[in-house]
Amino acid sequence: MTLFLLRRLLQTAQVLFIMSLLVFVGVYAVGNPLDMLVDPQATAADTARVAAALGLDQPLWVQYWRFLGNALQGDLGNSFLHGTPALQLIVQRLPATLELAVSALLIAVLLGIPLGLWAGLRPDSFGGRTIMAGSILGFSLPTFWVGLMLIMVFSVHLGWLPSGGRGPTREFLGLEWSLLAPGGWRYLLLPALNLALFKLALVIRLTQSGTREALLQDYVRFARAKGLPPHRVVGVHVLKNIMIPVVTVVGLEFGTLIAFSVVTESIFAWPGIGKLLLDSINQLDRPVVVAYLLLIVFIYTLISLVVDLLYAALDPRVRLAGGQTA
Amino acid sequence: MTSIPPSTTHGAEPLLRVRHLSTRFRNRDGEVTAVDDISFELAAGEVLGLVGESGCGKSMTGYSLIDLVDPPGYVAGGSVRLNGRELRGLPAKAWRALRGDRIAMIFQDPMLTLNPVLRIDTQMVEAVLAHRRISRAEAQTRALDALERVGIPAAAERLRSYPHQLSGGMRQRVAIAIALLNQPDLIIADEPTTALDVTIQAQILYEMQTLCREAGTGLIWITHDLSVVAGLADRVCVMYAGRIVEQGSTAQVLERPAHPYTRGLLDATPAAALARGHHRGEPLRQIPGSAPPLSALPAGCAFRPRCPRANESCLQVPPRVETADGQEALCWHPLSPGEALPEASTAIGVQS
Amino acid sequence: MTASASSAISASHPSAGGWRTLIRAYATSPLALAGLVLLLVIVTAALAAPWIAPQDPYDLSQLDIMDSRLPPGSTSADGSLHYLLGTDGQGRDMLSAILYGLRISVAVGFSATLLALALGMSLGLVAGYAGGRIDAFVMRAVDIQMSFPAILTAMILLALFGQGTDKIVIALVASQWAYYARTTRSAALVEGRREYIEAARLLGLSTPRILFRHLLPNCLPPLIVVAALQVAAAIALEATLSFLGLGLPVTEPSLGLLISNGFQYLYSGRYWMSVFPGVALLLTIVALNLVADRLREILNPRLQPQ
Repeated sequence: MTLFLLRRLLQTAQVLFIMSLLVFVGVYAVGNPLDMLVDPQATAADTARVAAALGLDQPLWVQYWRFLGNALQGDLGNSFLHGTPALQLIVQRLPATLELAVSALLIAVLLGIPLGLWAGLRPDSFGGRTIMAGSILGFSLPTFWVGLMLIMVFSVHLGWLPSGGRGPTREFLGLEWSLLAPGGWRYLLLPALNLALFKLALVIRLTQSGTREALLQDYVRFARAKGLPPHRVVGVHVLKNIMIPVVTVVGLEFGTLIAFSVVTESIFAWPGIGKLLLDSINQLDRPVVVAYLLLIVFIYTLISLVVDLLYAALDPRVRLAGGQTA
Repeated sequence: MTSIPPSTTHGAEPLLRVRHLSTRFRNRDGEVTAVDDISFELAAGEVLGLVGESGCGKSMTGYSLIDLVDPPGYVAGGSVRLNGRELRGLPAKAWRALRGDRIAMIFQDPMLTLNPVLRIDTQMVEAVLAHRRISRAEAQTRALDALERVGIPAAAERLRSYPHQLSGGMRQRVAIAIALLNQPDLIIADEPTTALDVTIQAQILYEMQTLCREAGTGLIWITHDLSVVAGLADRVCVMYAGRIVEQGSTAQVLERPAHPYTRGLLDATPAAALARGHHRGEPLRQIPGSAPPLSALPAGCAFRPRCPRANESCLQVPPRVETADGQEALCWHPLSPGEALPEASTAIGVQS
Repeated sequence: MTASASSAISASHPSAGGWRTLIRAYATSPLALAGLVLLLVIVTAALAAPWIAPQDPYDLSQLDIMDSRLPPGSTSADGSLHYLLGTDGQGRDMLSAILYGLRISVAVGFSATLLALALGMSLGLVAGYAGGRIDAFVMRAVDIQMSFPAILTAMILLALFGQGTDKIVIALVASQWAYYARTTRSAALVEGRREYIEAARLLGLSTPRILFRHLLPNCLPPLIVVAALQVAAAIALEATLSFLGLGLPVTEPSLGLLISNGFQYLYSGRYWMSVFPGVALLLTIVALNLVADRLREILNPRLQPQ
């Protein structure tokens, strides 16, 4: 177990290093942020002074070396625009995105598993067919368009929920939470639903096919032969088996939830890292873009580690060995 | 037309009494009969061997007795009485109370019968608690006893294992222990030793026989292997294409078969070949042709196209003929005791 | 030997009869047939946009600011035009804008898919056939690519290169080539072990000839399915990126950009400017998915009824 964790940490460090190189070269080698930062009428001397102040006059590898040295100390450079540390900017906005993504994940799982079970237990019923048809639609609809429709129906037409912004938050454990503030959920609901839709469709399909498969297995027949009530056959014997693929896929998809929050946050003006990334891309604020990407890579590797641990907890046949699952 | 099959227990109602049981499947092209009008009886403590080739409906017979036929299959008719109580038509809840308590079933592949993600104790305790209002600790004790009874060493440790940590033979013993947990009246064992090594197979067969005899449990042993039946069963039912074509005591059926199909099966065993003075390298004698699919059964006697004795009368469904006391065959012209099949066994094949 | 080898080769290629059974199998699903008809209508409308659109939405001389923000069914101020789907903020006929937008979306989606298919297929074929280091390298790149969501890859590339039709096609290709590479490789690995490839090798055929004439045709079924699904994904992704303002420039308004432009009017209840382009986008994606789903059913040997 310790060996497993050590190996995984080493792998994470490797991936982060390679990604930092790729991201740095990619982001810094193309385009010239000076054009953006310096007044077009500025003299060459002024431009050079700004470049020197930001370190943009150095050769690329020197810039990277300095960047890496600083990064190891948690310094990913200052935002060109805000002048504050890029990492700090992102960390400030991360909780909003995490709250959104976790809420979306909960919606996807808490709605998706029961619906998928229903559709899997009664695949030929009207309800089962409707759920599966709905899940195909959930795959087809582009996230941003669903967001617009949600705003149109629930905010503009019905006037039930606000169309954007984060609304009131309450501090807890040093972070701001929408769900803890009175009425905060009203601001969270539509964006979370919007972000959840695709994953909801995914969870439904996974659960449905897993259930159908499990029902054909001998262990389910044997459980029935033992005289167990249906709720125990489905709720324990079937569910515990289908949780393995569901947890794996949903866990790995948590990263894409954070990535896709760019779309949802921009539609619902949710002040998270996705919106920050979009603004930074539009304004060529490279340190923020780099910091965002490195953070995403870090979150991705962290997630895959957590998923592996969960997988081992759920499936007794899996034993964590040095970096490999057997 | 259908005479009542001979009872092994005279006077009193037997443990299990099956009459005219039929199970069908609905499919796109209509209906397929998987179990066709079968009748048999079983006394307490008795072992019944249900023999047939794969696809003959013997497993479906087992599922029909315990109400585990999955849609689109359904039990179409007949009667199943356990200790004098009619089971057909019972509501789902009553069936559930019976399953695992009065009637238990064991399946073929021990690798697949136990849930891979649940510990052995979880799977045993739930089987007790589904039928008994006792504490979890008591249920645990019962599980331990059951494991010890089926000869599992270090049972307490095994209880905390997951199925994948046990060997195939060990897993099948666990499945048997689960079946024995609530001291059922009847156990239906669907080829539970086929997937195991021959030595373990023999051990388990012997133990099952002893356990059932001691507890007075009726045992239906479903198998395709006549040699298993020979050492284990008191009575034998031979199935072909959904029907019981012959039944009787083990000695009667194996030594003086009346149905040409049973005769053919016996001739095809290596033991029979040796008795005939079989030479090495010579192929074993086989029944010509192969069993027809249930969806395309020939009219009348389903064995007719493969039978060397078939003639025009076999186009009609054959009658039950009592050939000896307690032995009957479903045949127009059963063999007399000791009679062999015509040599070269080429099917005359009365085409339908 | 030679005769049997060449017959083995010819037997493995899909014949004309094979295509006919394929078409017949496809047609047995009414829903999939409806999807195909819808797709053909959409593609035809997109191609014919300059001839069937009531107005050229980007010829400023044809626009009348008096006609701006008219609801569906209105008539223009001079009475010459009937705005079936309303007008946008500049008095542009929405139906014409949608037809032109569809043209751009469909063109970008299909060209990006074809390029990604060509790139991914070649890499996958070479990786699967060559094996060893080349295989390991290509698959490593595939793994890295696929561990990132397509939208993130595309966003970063667009952030680097800026806007433009060529740039978004590059971004889409970069975020999708890996699917084809992986699919082709696994198919090539399976097919590469078959006798007919061995026979072709023994016949002394050149490697490119074996790859493209013999191996590729037999890897095609799974690729067609992936490509059909990926066209829909490419169109959706382009729309998303354009909606975010990262994709196509304002001079080439695809459906995504139209929706984005109409977004600001949504709050005031002028739904038609974003909803109608959205419906057009949706129909395109659903039609493509229906076709892809059916293709998957009939081309997947595991799903074929016995």
